[in-house]
Formats: sequence, structure tokens, C-alpha cells
Amino acid sequence: MGVDGIGARVARKEDRRFLTGKGRYTDDMSVPGMKYAAFVRSPHAHATIAGIDATAARAMPGVIDVLDGRQLLADGIGNLICGWMIHSKDGSPMKMGAWRPLADKTVRYVGDAVAIVVADSVAEARDAAEAVVVDYEPLPVVTDPVQALADGQPQLHPEAANNLIFDWELGDAAAVDRALAAAAHVTELKIFNNRLSPNPMEPRATLGIYDAGDDHYTCYTTSQNPHLARLVMSAFYNVAPENKLRVIAPDVGGGFGSKIYIYPEEIVCLWASKRTGVPVKWTSDRTEAFLTDAHGRDHVSTVKMAFDAGNGITALKVDTIANLGAYMSLFSSCVPTYLYATLLSGQYDIPAIHANVRTVYTNTVPVDAYRGAGRPEATYLLERTMETAARELGLSPAELRRTNFVRSFPHQTPVIMNYDAGDYEASLDAAMAAADWSGFAARKAEAEGRGMKRGIGMSCYIEACGLAPSAAVGSLGAGVGLWESAEVKVNMVGTIEVMTGSHSHGQGHETTFAQLVADRLGLPIDSINIVHGDTDKVQMGMGTYGSRSGAVGMSALAKALDKVEAKAKKIAAHLMEADESDIVIEDGALKVAGTDKSVPWFQMALAAYTAHNLPPGLEPGLKESAFYDPANFTFPAGCYICEVEVDPETGRTTVIQFVAADDFGNIINPMIVEGQVHGGIAQGIGQALLEEVRYDDSGQLLTASYLDYAMPRAEDLPSFTVSTSNTPCPNNPLGVKGCGEAGAIGSPPALINAITDAIGNNQLTMPATAEKVWAAAQTGN
Amino acid sequence: MAKITMTVNGRQVSGVCDDRTLLVHFIRENLGLTGTHVGCDTSQCGACVVHMDGQSVKSCSILAAQAAGSAITTIEGLAQNGELHPVQAAFKAHHGLQCGFCTPGMVMTAVDMIRRHGSALDEAMVRAELEGNICRCTGYHNIVKAILAAAHEMGGVRQAAE
Ligand code: FES
Ligand code: FES
Repeated sequence: MGVDGIGARVARKEDRRFLTGKGRYTDDMSVPGMKYAAFVRSPHAHATIAGIDATAARAMPGVIDVLDGRQLLADGIGNLICGWMIHSKDGSPMKMGAWRPLADKTVRYVGDAVAIVVADSVAEARDAAEAVVVDYEPLPVVTDPVQALADGQPQLHPEAANNLIFDWELGDAAAVDRALAAAAHVTELKIFNNRLSPNPMEPRATLGIYDAGDDHYTCYTTSQNPHLARLVMSAFYNVAPENKLRVIAPDVGGGFGSKIYIYPEEIVCLWASKRTGVPVKWTSDRTEAFLTDAHGRDHVSTVKMAFDAGNGITALKVDTIANLGAYMSLFSSCVPTYLYATLLSGQYDIPAIHANVRTVYTNTVPVDAYRGAGRPEATYLLERTMETAARELGLSPAELRRTNFVRSFPHQTPVIMNYDAGDYEASLDAAMAAADWSGFAARKAEAEGRGMKRGIGMSCYIEACGLAPSAAVGSLGAGVGLWESAEVKVNMVGTIEVMTGSHSHGQGHETTFAQLVADRLGLPIDSINIVHGDTDKVQMGMGTYGSRSGAVGMSALAKALDKVEAKAKKIAAHLMEADESDIVIEDGALKVAGTDKSVPWFQMALAAYTAHNLPPGLEPGLKESAFYDPANFTFPAGCYICEVEVDPETGRTTVIQFVAADDFGNIINPMIVEGQVHGGIAQGIGQALLEEVRYDDSGQLLTASYLDYAMPRAEDLPSFTVSTSNTPCPNNPLGVKGCGEAGAIGSPPALINAITDAIGNNQLTMPATAEKVWAAAQTGN
Repeated sequence: MAKITMTVNGRQVSGVCDDRTLLVHFIRENLGLTGTHVGCDTSQCGACVVHMDGQSVKSCSILAAQAAGSAITTIEGLAQNGELHPVQAAFKAHHGLQCGFCTPGMVMTAVDMIRRHGSALDEAMVRAELEGNICRCTGYHNIVKAILAAAHEMGGVRQAAE
């Protein structure tokens, strides 16, 4: 390993440009002749459109054009799609209601786009958008998913009777019922998982450029997966043919899932650029982001967990209603099903599991994956239940968990997943030691002396990440394969460009991917460039989400490097008249093992391109690519422990310490991994304590700005104590598992378990605001 | 429409803009200095923080016309002669950024915080002073570490110079 290689805390290559203001985000892009867009959005949560009159708007200063859904329809632009087919338990396919990029007949949530205004400046576009007269005929509204399923409620889409999208199940209902009937103890709980807004700090933006000269389209966009954006825009929305569409996702200021999907604005701006003949840029403001970025979570569940006399779990029964909002977003259907129910076994050996999931349309913004996507919902449900069960059974939370841990691998759960490797007890022990669990009683007593209620809570999570393999996701309904691709171009002088289909929006790929190359070839990290986010440069890709960049994206790079090394060895062996199998690559040179013969890397590269003296039949050049499709998911797991103090006078919760002990397999850059955990924990604490998207009964969004939606700030959080143990993943060449989501998955239950421990009342829903905690603390359990 | 002149990063600049144009848009659109970001519309996020006559301000909260005649420093003006400012260097060393979007505002806030408190800063003070800046990526842990480290180093440098 070189100093910059795998396992080293290499400072990030990308930081300099961000720190000096030279980052290039979509809203920073300008092209000649560019104009600005504003969208006309529905102020009603549900209404039919009787007419649209843009006459006044068209006459306003600076306005180029106003376009609405009728023109979009006339141009054959398709509906937005959901790319993951789920079937109900009766065999019927999910009920997909039409989602027009610009609504032409009906609007279904506040913020639904109706028309686009293109003007000389943002201000002029917004002024004119205000002047577009839309004749709405309001319809009755439903925002609550449980209510939406009842008879006589407002109906959102004709396809979906009672707003039910699908009624899906997984597992063995009969076995679970038998176990419940025979149980020595059953723990029952109702679980709410609050609706969140992802809130990356960079608002979404897009710049659509149609070049009439070449009949070619370019789309700059804030995307986590530009190739998928190109595929969907060409294959489903008919905006442009795939070979004539270049999608560029430049620097992207955070995604957390919300930038996986294709939104109406990207489609409409690209189309509008062709209609108007000018490049069209749209940048969301924060209120638009709250109104239109896909939200996350929003589950209502009931759970029953059965135990035998020895405190072993015998069965788990889960019934979940998931609110998917007004339309089905791109991945929305897989989140509460295959990303959720398949993780309900957690770290535990549970013989029988049955999950029933109903998804529902409501007059709210579409809900889709948000950091963790399904796995936080599963972990929250399971770990709140474990904690509750431990209290009911009179056991310590650690003891109950230990009794039920999976201990031998591979482990087949009753809900599809096959865990490949893990050591759950090691994480639990590490977290308890770091949190000084045994000293808690004394700390609690000391806090009581100050009139404070102190509590401690844990959660043990598992997640399936490295989203792939293609055949598996295909059999579960995915519309695409989830491999990844990489290309390694060795330049004539030996410097290296890596083109990866992964996309970095804060994860530091420009550093970690370069570390892998540096490690393999012994080259300085500055001689390696990582190129991503541009469909014209990168051969193919599926983007970044579900902690797949390391396990899938870097594995593809490792495979491409295998090919580069093999060819480089052939060339070097020829140059040194040695046997190819004797060549080793070390410290930027190709050496004949056991001799002092070597050629520097750059000289081999030059030889590949001068091609004056290559082995007979060998192609000139040195550029190799690979696709990688893993055999299984990876299974990071860990234990989180949180200690809180609640002020009984005010209900205010202070997080005293937060400990994370994760098993991420092998680690490329510990500094970056720790940063990912910190960020995830902050989002999890945000969900548990502060954040909630709220609508009123008429479907107006009450939390449409940072004044109303409580984002965690520095003072809301402690410093975190993080550590890792590293059971290598046996399913990929690097042994990595993925770390991006863990913090957001493991932390909410640990925190709520700690607060309920402190106040002695288990009836607490997220976010545990001071008001709610105060009220709960008054009543006890 | 108004013609506005100000000093930005040590250079005199002028531009013509609407009376309603905010300083942040003047900086980004008229001057092409896109390091200063817009993250919200309610002056809550701090992505837009610049220095105006030596003090940090949210450039989304004042009109460009109000800033006429003042001396503005943006993130682009912080590094000198290709050398990162100690606060920038500390953010890099302590991994105080991920997506980088909040970073310019964070750094400008930090520089002003350190100017006012120097090495007297402690963790609680840094967290309290970051009240006006939101970061969604880092959990603040490493930002706090970076600011404390920079305060220490800059305080140390100052003491050594005295
Ligand atoms: S953009 Fe100025 S505070 Fe958010
Ligand atoms: S680094 Fe992404 S918001 Fe702070």
C-alpha cells in the first residue's frame, strides 16, 4: 500500500475547488442566449383545470413564451413513470395513475406544475408566472393515508379504487399466526414513521439546451444518476433520442435520494428549449423544494412480535400503510416493499415473518427514497419493538438482542435476504464499551440530583446495500439492471483517467476511486483523475444511491484495473524480454520479480501508444473497461447507542452522547467513512427530534420553509463517537459493504429508545419535540 | 435600474441591476462569482454569507444597492496567492465538507467568528455561532473540529507575531 492507498486518510482531492468557490453546480452554469424559467404551480391540493389564460403573462416585460400541458401533450411528451413493478397479493399489477410533466386536466398536490414561463430574468419569469390565470375547480382533498383508504374519500386516480396502489405481502402468514397463537409473550406496538424532506442544501436545478444545428440536446441537472436520466427521458418521455441527448450532472450539492428521480422540470425545460429556441435554466427556490422534491418515509404500521419461553423471537407480523403521495415517483414502489420488508429480520434469527404493505395515493407531494430508503423504516419498527419487548420481559435491551442474534453465516431470512457475513455481537460490545453502558446508572442518579431525567437507548441495524445484482432486482420487479461500469484510460505519459458510472455528490469519489488506482499501481494520487457525471464521457452507469458506489462502482473499477494490469504486464514483459507471469507492478514501475529489471509505468504507457515495439498481435493503446454485477447485496450492520437528558420542566431533549459502532467491511478512506456516518446520524437525529413535513386538511404544506421545517443545526447535535469493525464482504473483490446510509438508519430508534427510557413512557412518536416529550413525561407509561 | 459600484475581493467593480436585486444575485449573476450560494429564501441557511466591510452578512438579505460603496469579500477572495486561508486549510484537513455547497458560507462565517473570538472559541461557542448556517452533509462534527483547529492555529500565529 502506498501512502495514498486503500485504508489511508487521504485528504480529498475535490476539496480545493469547493473551498475556493470554484465548484461548478448546475445553477452556476451559463451559456450564451440562456433564458430563465419559472413554473406556474397549483395552489390547490386537488382541482380540475377548466382553462389556462396566459395572454397577460405573454405581454409582460422580458417574457419569451408561456407553455402549458396542452402543448406538451401535442408534442407527444410522455408521462412520468415508476420503474419498479409491484404486484398485489391477488396478482394484479400496481395501479399507476397518469403523471403529466405539466398537468393538463387535474392537479393533485399543492405545487403540481401547470405551466412554464421563459423570460429574460428569473424575476421577470416569476412575475409573469404570477400573471398566468388558471381556472381551477377545486375538488375534495385527502392527505392522510389511512383515511384515504376508507370508502367515500376523494379519489385521486381512476385506476386506483379507494386510492389503493397495491396490497402486497411477503412471508408466511399462516406460520406467523401459528407462532403468535403459541407464544409465551407477544409485544404489540403501533409505529409511525414521520414524513421528511431530504433538503440537500443545493436546490434542484436544470439547464436544457437544444442545438438546432446538430439537432442535439444537452441537459445539465442536479442528478445522482445522469445515465438513468438520459435513458428515462429518451425511452419514456420522448424528449430526445438517447443518442442525441447528453446529460451532465456536474458538482451536485447533496442528494440523499431526492436527486435520483427524474422530475417534471428537467423534462419540461429541455422540451421548452426546443420550443422556444433558447437555452432554458430553472433553479428551485427552497419553498419549491419543499413543495416538489420527493419526500421520504411516511409509514403507519402495527407490529406483533412473538417470543417463546426462552425469550427467543418466534415470529414477526407487520402491517404497514405507506403514503406515496399524489403520483408514483420513479422508485417509490420498491421502497416500502423490497427495500423495507426484506430487512424486517434485522440482526435476528426469526423463523417466521409476514409483512403486509398497502401503498396509498394522497394529495401530497410524491414520496420516494430518502437516505436509507425502506431500511430506516424497517429498523425503526424492529428496534422500537425489541426495546419495548425487553422492557416487557424484564430484560436488558442488550441481553434480549444477544439472545436473538444471527450467529452463523450465510443466513437465509424468511424474507428473501441471504446475509453473507457479520459479527453483530462485536458491534454491540464495541458500542457498549464506548458508551460506558455500565456506568449509566451512576450518571442517571447524578442527573436526577439536578432534576433531569436521563435515558439510554440502543439500536442494532442491518441494511442491504450495494444495490444490485441485476438478475435479483429484475426478478423482484426492477425495470433496470443495477450493475456498474468503469473505464480506465492510461494516457500516453502514464497519467490516468477513470470514467465511472457512479456519481459523487458529497461522497468524495474523486479521492476514494483514485486511492484504489494509486494502491494498485503505486502511482501518485495527483496523476489520477476521476471523471463522472457526464453521459458523453462515461460509457454507461447507474448512478449513486443505496451505498452502491464502493461495492458496485469501485468493484467495476477493480475489474477494469485487472485488465489494464494484464495488458501492461504483457507490454512490460516484452520490453524486458521476461515472462509475463514474472512481472509485478509496484511503486509506479513494472518489475521482473526477483531481479533488478524494471520499466517505469510511464515508459510502458508510452510504449503502448508509440506501438513501435509491442508483442506481436497486441492492440496499441491502454484503455480498458468493465461492467460489474455482484452476486448479492452487501450487509453493513452496527450498533448505535444514544444517551439523553430530558428536562421535565420543558420537555427539551439534549443528546449527551451518541456512539456508533459499524461494520462496513473493508474501508478505503476512514476519514470519509466517518464523515458519512456523522452526516447520517445528523439526519437520523433530525428525524427523531425535529423534522416533519406537515400538511393541513386542505392539503396546504405547513412546512414549506426553513422557518417551519426544523433542520438540525450545530447546536442541536453533539460530537459523535464512531468506530468500525471490519468483517470483509465476501461478495465483491474489495470486501467493502457501504457506509452512506447507516447513520440515518441506526440513529432514530436509538434516540427514541433513549427518550422513552428517560421519561418512562413508551408512547412517543417522532419527531420527539419538546412539547410531545413534555406531555408524555407528565403521564408516565 | 441602478448602477452600482463596490469593491469586491480588492477590485473595484460596477454593474447595472434592478433596484430589487439582492447582493447575492449581483455577486453571482453580474460578477460571475458563483462561489457564493443560495440555499433558501428565508435567510436561514447561510450558504450566501460574505463579508461586507469586514463583517459577515447574509448576502441574500441585503439589496445590491445597499452594498454600493462597500468592500465585499467573497469566498473567491479568501485564498491569497494560491495559498488556502487557514480556515480553508483546516476544513480540508478535518474533512469539514462533503458536497461543498454550504462550504463557502460556512468558511466565511468561521473566519468572522474567529476574528471576533480568536482562540477563546470552544466547542459550545462554535456550535452557538453556527446558528445561521445549515449543513446537511457533515453532521457539523468535522466543521466544529475544523473551526476550532483554525482558531487555535490563527490564535497561535497571532500570538507568535505579537
Ligand atoms: S441563501 Fe442566504 S441564508 Fe439562505
Ligand atoms: S457539505 Fe453539503 S451541505 Fe454542507
